[in-house]
Amino acid sequence: MPSELRLRVESGLGNGRVRVNIRRAMDHLVHKRAAAFPDAEEREGLRAQGEAIRAEALARLPELLETLERTCTGNGMRVHWAETAAEANRIALDILRAKGARTLIKGKSMVSEEMGLNAFLAAEGIEAVETDLGELILQLGGERPSHIIAPAIHKDRYEVAELFGRCFPELPYREDIEGLTAAARAVMRERFRAATAGLSGVNFAVAETGTLCLVENEGNGRLCTSAPDVHIAVMGIEKVIARLDQLPPLLTLLTRSATGQPVTTYVNLISGPRRAGERDGPSEVHLILLDNGRSRVYADPELRDTLRCIRCGACMNHCPIYARLGGHAYGTVYPGPIGSILEPQLQGLDRQGELAEASTLCGACAEACPVKIPIPKLLNRLRWEAVRPDPDAPTLAPGSRRRALPALGWWLWAWVYASPGRYRAISTLAGRLRWLAPRRLGAWTRSRTAPVPAPRPLSRLVEAEGFERE
Amino acid sequence: MPGAAELTVRRFDWGAEEQTARFSQALVAVQGQVIEVGADWPRRVADLLAERGAGRLAFGSEAELAAELTRGWPPDSPVRLVPWAEPIETGRDRLFGEIEAALTGCRGAIAETGSLILWPGRMEPRLLSLVPPIHLVLLDPREIRSTLHELLVEQAWSAGMPSNALLITGPSKSADIEQTLTYGVHGPKELIVLIRASSD
Repeated sequence: MPSELRLRVESGLGNGRVRVNIRRAMDHLVHKRAAAFPDAEEREGLRAQGEAIRAEALARLPELLETLERTCTGNGMRVHWAETAAEANRIALDILRAKGARTLIKGKSMVSEEMGLNAFLAAEGIEAVETDLGELILQLGGERPSHIIAPAIHKDRYEVAELFGRCFPELPYREDIEGLTAAARAVMRERFRAATAGLSGVNFAVAETGTLCLVENEGNGRLCTSAPDVHIAVMGIEKVIARLDQLPPLLTLLTRSATGQPVTTYVNLISGPRRAGERDGPSEVHLILLDNGRSRVYADPELRDTLRCIRCGACMNHCPIYARLGGHAYGTVYPGPIGSILEPQLQGLDRQGELAEASTLCGACAEACPVKIPIPKLLNRLRWEAVRPDPDAPTLAPGSRRRALPALGWWLWAWVYASPGRYRAISTLAGRLRWLAPRRLGAWTRSRTAPVPAPRPLSRLVEAEGFERE
Repeated sequence: MPGAAELTVRRFDWGAEEQTARFSQALVAVQGQVIEVGADWPRRVADLLAERGAGRLAFGSEAELAAELTRGWPPDSPVRLVPWAEPIETGRDRLFGEIEAALTGCRGAIAETGSLILWPGRMEPRLLSLVPPIHLVLLDPREIRSTLHELLVEQAWSAGMPSNALLITGPSKSADIEQTLTYGVHGPKELIVLIRASSD
């Protein structure tokens, strides 16, 4: 029986409209990133710096988190630790209940997606309102983001127009993008005015100064964090960096890699609630630090590199698989190459291990990554973790994808390749029996010729050319 | 913080003139407007707003620029000045409903990206630069630095951060529909920077 992933891939490949929308957007983003880094030497210098800053932050993660807690608390924020998504949801709910908030306006946050916050709050009678244009479109349509930066990238203007027409019948029907954007502004304005509580994610948290850094273009993030009386920020524990002067290189890497912008319209640095004498800003700022499996990832020195990620999305933009499928086929909060290494670690190899197999290991992601995460290497590592029966392995559900037949096949392969004699014998035999090779191999041979063993193995041909055997 | 590797500050040796030119160019590229002004800048602001049909201009009542603004404001201007001192709790509806424009100062600017640095606070509430549809900023070109890195090291930000610090680069925008850039989403639709002539 095909797996759920394979079924989603089938249906993703069959959706022509989504494929056209995604491909157009990805080509555009790849082009914009390339134009944003005209100087390869500068780009590589920045990437090396970004890698070093993030690697340092992870090497000192426990210490930096403690410093962050101390500096944020010193700045007047309240810091909460959540081991699981459920705990984080409960903390957010308690804050909202204490404030008597019935509505929560939200800036874009992938961690809140990871928490499943909106559905949780809805069940508790609190309405969560997505205010980012892309996220609003998805919330109205009951969909999930298909890209971590451009969440509604799979939709075109006509689909958005139809959706807005249905959800906001009082507004004039428009199909032009400017009109649709104006409609979103009009609808959201009252929400921003009336809300008592706002939530945001965090792009970087600076341990040294107790500062939360948020980047955005629309202004909805600033509105969510400065207009209501309480601001709740949610972040994965890996987002901390040591010092404020490390922020500029990361910011320029983030925005250039993500959308090709030199900088976003707004960079919002929050170091605490409203201070004495200030006339606006939230009177409470809460920071929820979410673990949700990250500590386990942190524990392995190689897999830890996964946590360097600054969530720019460049790996998906450059991925030949993502660009043809879109994010929904992955079926996870984080899609694309980064999702394929992160999700199997957060959710377990039994549940998401197959994602690590859904790659050609072409390496485009690692080449684009602003902090040089070796994604193909980690995909390979996770493939191995998924089939290695070691209960002490550092991953969740190690060995859970081990099957008897492939395991036997690989054992045989290793046995043959471990000895030149056996290898010679088998390759000669394969050449003799080449007429037995199947001519059809499912979908593969629909547009390709099946591979057939050569009549004489390469080693023999090389010998015949007079090369020494080494 | 001890133990962390020192970073070389990424900066460029542009002269004052080139710095201002680069700042303007980068800001204009993201739909910001840059106007050079002289000592009579309050009159220029009044004219700009009258052209746009804006009725009220808010500014921080204790802001540095407040005295100069009110002194230079043309008495016959159809645009009313609103010195803003109200806490958000009581001023929310007026700010969202009645104020078409706001004027703020800034703490510097970045030539590389065309960004303005704002430290809103007691003198200038943070929502002034966000809620009204038009945001005007008065900038002294001597405050422009080549990069954010250079500026935050020079101004020693790490010694003490305000409750809110901002980089603003152009009016609000979105590309969430078909990656097509559209300006004026939830924040200001217009960002107008008044650069004071260096002879000032």
